[in-house]
Amino acid sequence: MDYIGEHLFPGKLGHFFVILSFAASFVSVIAFFKATKAKDIEDEGRWKSLARAAFFVDAIAVFGVFATIYYIVRSHLFEYNFAWEHSSKALSPKYLLACIWEAQEGSFLLWMMWHCILGIIIILRSKKWAAPVMTVISFAQFCLTTMIMGVYIFGVKIGNSPFLLVRQKFGEAPIFQRADYLKIPQMQDGQSLNQLLQNYWMVIHPPILFLGFASTIVPFSFAVSGLLKKDFAGWTKSAVPWTLFSACLLGTGIMMGAAWAYESLTFGGYWAWDPVENASLVPWLVIVAGLHTLVVFNATGHSLRSTHLFLILGFILILYSTYLTRSGILGDTSVHAFVGSGMDAQLILLIGVFFIPAIILFVRHYKNIPHIRKEENTYSREFWMFIGALVVFLSALFVMIATSLPVINKLTGTKMTVGEDVEFAYNRIEIFIAIILGSLTAITQYLKYKQTTKAHFIKKIWMPTAIALLLSVLFSVFGGIHYDKYGAGFLAAIHLGLFAAIYAVVANAGYIWSGLNGKLKTAGASVAHVGFGLMLVGILLSSAKKEVLSYNTTGININFDPTSKQNPLENITLLKNVETDMGKYWATYLASDSVDQQTKMTYFKIRFRKKDGREDFILYPNWIKNTKGQEGISANPDKRHYWDRDIFSYVSAADNLGEGDAGDTSGFKTYPIAIRDTVFYSKGYMVLDSVVINPHNEKYQFVKDRDTALMAAITVFSRDTMKYHARPVLYVRNNEVHLIPDTVFSQNLALVLGRVSGNNKIELRVKESSNLVPFVALKVYEFPQINVLWIGTIIMIIGFVMSIIRRVQLKVAG
Amino acid sequence: MKKLHIILLVFIAIAIGVLVSFMGNLSTYETIASAKQKEGKSVTIIAKLDNSIPIEYDPAKNPNYLSFHIADTLGNKAKVVYYYGKPYDMEKAERIVLKGKMNGDVFEITQKDGILIKCPSKYKDDPEAAKKNLSENQ
Repeated sequence: MDYIGEHLFPGKLGHFFVILSFAASFVSVIAFFKATKAKDIEDEGRWKSLARAAFFVDAIAVFGVFATIYYIVRSHLFEYNFAWEHSSKALSPKYLLACIWEAQEGSFLLWMMWHCILGIIIILRSKKWAAPVMTVISFAQFCLTTMIMGVYIFGVKIGNSPFLLVRQKFGEAPIFQRADYLKIPQMQDGQSLNQLLQNYWMVIHPPILFLGFASTIVPFSFAVSGLLKKDFAGWTKSAVPWTLFSACLLGTGIMMGAAWAYESLTFGGYWAWDPVENASLVPWLVIVAGLHTLVVFNATGHSLRSTHLFLILGFILILYSTYLTRSGILGDTSVHAFVGSGMDAQLILLIGVFFIPAIILFVRHYKNIPHIRKEENTYSREFWMFIGALVVFLSALFVMIATSLPVINKLTGTKMTVGEDVEFAYNRIEIFIAIILGSLTAITQYLKYKQTTKAHFIKKIWMPTAIALLLSVLFSVFGGIHYDKYGAGFLAAIHLGLFAAIYAVVANAGYIWSGLNGKLKTAGASVAHVGFGLMLVGILLSSAKKEVLSYNTTGININFDPTSKQNPLENITLLKNVETDMGKYWATYLASDSVDQQTKMTYFKIRFRKKDGREDFILYPNWIKNTKGQEGISANPDKRHYWDRDIFSYVSAADNLGEGDAGDTSGFKTYPIAIRDTVFYSKGYMVLDSVVINPHNEKYQFVKDRDTALMAAITVFSRDTMKYHARPVLYVRNNEVHLIPDTVFSQNLALVLGRVSGNNKIELRVKESSNLVPFVALKVYEFPQINVLWIGTIIMIIGFVMSIIRRVQLKVAG
Repeated sequence: MKKLHIILLVFIAIAIGVLVSFMGNLSTYETIASAKQKEGKSVTIIAKLDNSIPIEYDPAKNPNYLSFHIADTLGNKAKVVYYYGKPYDMEKAERIVLKGKMNGDVFEITQKDGILIKCPSKYKDDPEAAKKNLSENQ
């Protein structure tokens, strides 16, 4: 059939670029490899020029693929599945970019683009090591291209093409029987980018994170190149800036994700030990371990073997995390649920083709990798740096094993999972890692390489130690840390951790003066360590002192409810315009406002008045309606920032689902009913369960002698499969009839027991009204000292950048 | 023996200790029936929402009490009680992962993270929904 109105050229062009990239990367792998193995210079030169040309062609092709996809998305060519599934006409240009890396194919492409840029820098700057390093990078490029090929080889599908047409993907749908299917309304616009992801973080976080991912291949390639060329130590100086760069960018990417999680979405914090978070943390830790041993080797000649291992594993773990997050295997343990893409085998293969050769080379040459027989002096920097690197590595291993439980289960048929309290399962171990690392970070700078005299060391270290001790005691005593949820032992560990973290900050800041005489140019490492220490301080304080402000102590009806017998009651119910007691604050729900259909957001205006009268402010937590054929809703928090803490609130339930008031049109309708009879209303039905005479329960206390009372026990079943209870009452006191209505707010129902009519029936009056008091259920947290974490992160990044600049300058000078 | 070797041995010992204690604290995936056998022990259940019995959640009255029923693939059913707000989109969940303890016939969840809702298209696109969309009102 000839379809009308399709634009097939961009797809063909894009597919051509994919194939071109595939072929070019193949040529560049071979040519770079030949150049690496070439015996004479001329031969090497020839292979090198061919390889470079091939790599440049590959780079052009990769950017060509990206440009084509952007063109398709930008021009709203919804015949392409990519545009139809991920974009829509309403998206602004920055989200058109974001929707590209929302897709699996797009994020692979992002990764490849960074490989191209990094590869070109290496080709242009690096001389001796360019050929072997680029062999590895080109090979990675080759492998990644297969992920977006979407071709069948011997009946096996290789990769998913980004240029698939909707009618190719959903061929069996009846609309494609029509030649003019593009005219059908649902083909006129795309499914758009999930509303949740329409956030500026989605524009910047993935590119940075993927640059971090992509950059880990460079240290890996250097290590493998050394093994390939049997020049085991020649690459280590060139690899330092690259390893720093990798640690810096990957760290930045991870912390941007943390900031995003903290700022929006309802994870209630910046870090939850979610498998997807762990999957990028683990390679970062291993790269950081490798960075330290690499520096040790360059200074002393120790630790080269472990450097090899760490740098190789760093990249392999990136591939492993790609498998974890994209194969769908984490489905039951992660909230960032990625659905499997049917590429499991290909993803596992991707790990294998890098891991197996690298580890074989490493094992085979292990004995040849130079190492110093004489052991490190205990009063030497390298000794403690190595211990620190080892601790970092072990903590990475621990996190990895815990995160890999779904994989272990799959392999061994077990059924293990982290227990109820996921965060504590990690925290109770990581706190000790933090204590060790904080202390090592503090002490180690004061030790010199090779040998330090005891007297010198003590002379330099006593002052920062004393200051840190004093500060942390002050914090511990007056800081209000009473985190006894997990017992005294854990609380003690937190105090110890706090000391270690403060020690790291003070000692490293002090070292810039006492050790480096204030020479900032060389202080990159110290600055990064100050940042790291501050991050630890921020993490410890904000987690240990995180407080739920919205404890539901006096919420309406709450005291009547036997079901709220225990546990933290994190949500507080606020009726519209009723000031409610919320701990230190009075909280009032003032209004809700649906902004416009486009953004699908509803804002809730909530006023907080501190009881001591010092503060009065308004927060606007909001709800976002999920798009993509979903009726669901996501809460987005609003925060009030202070220098020392954040107040963080979000709406966890509301009466009207943010629809706005429709106006009251209905009065009471009267139904004479008997027990077990059913009354229907617009959103469901209700059943009269029983009629109780003189009820005496948690809600009503009628006394037999004084009153005559009747209570109708009614269960309301709503259409959305929810169940509510209502208990209207009629009673006679002093010969007067009183009616106590009951309401089911979320169903906009008011029920009144009107009177008792004959033949065992009562008269139930039902009113459906949207003018019942609207309410929200609000959750409010306080995160103290959260800014210390962000400031620490920024300082650590600055330290990394200083080190990179310093190392590049050294290399250029030397 | 070198100092480093001793330290390595110590680390290995600690690492094994940590792992053993970590493994000891692990919960296991259970069916509703086997969870009932292990009353009071923290377990994880993967199940579906039992739509034949209504969800009970009235945030106007108590926003911290949610109760619903689940059914697993073996056809067993149980009531679940959760002491936090109702997760969004719960009705549409394909599958629910629950971490908690069986208390009598009721599965109690006391940790906020004890419910993980698996919606097909929370973050990722749902091919089924797309297919449905394409087949509707042509």
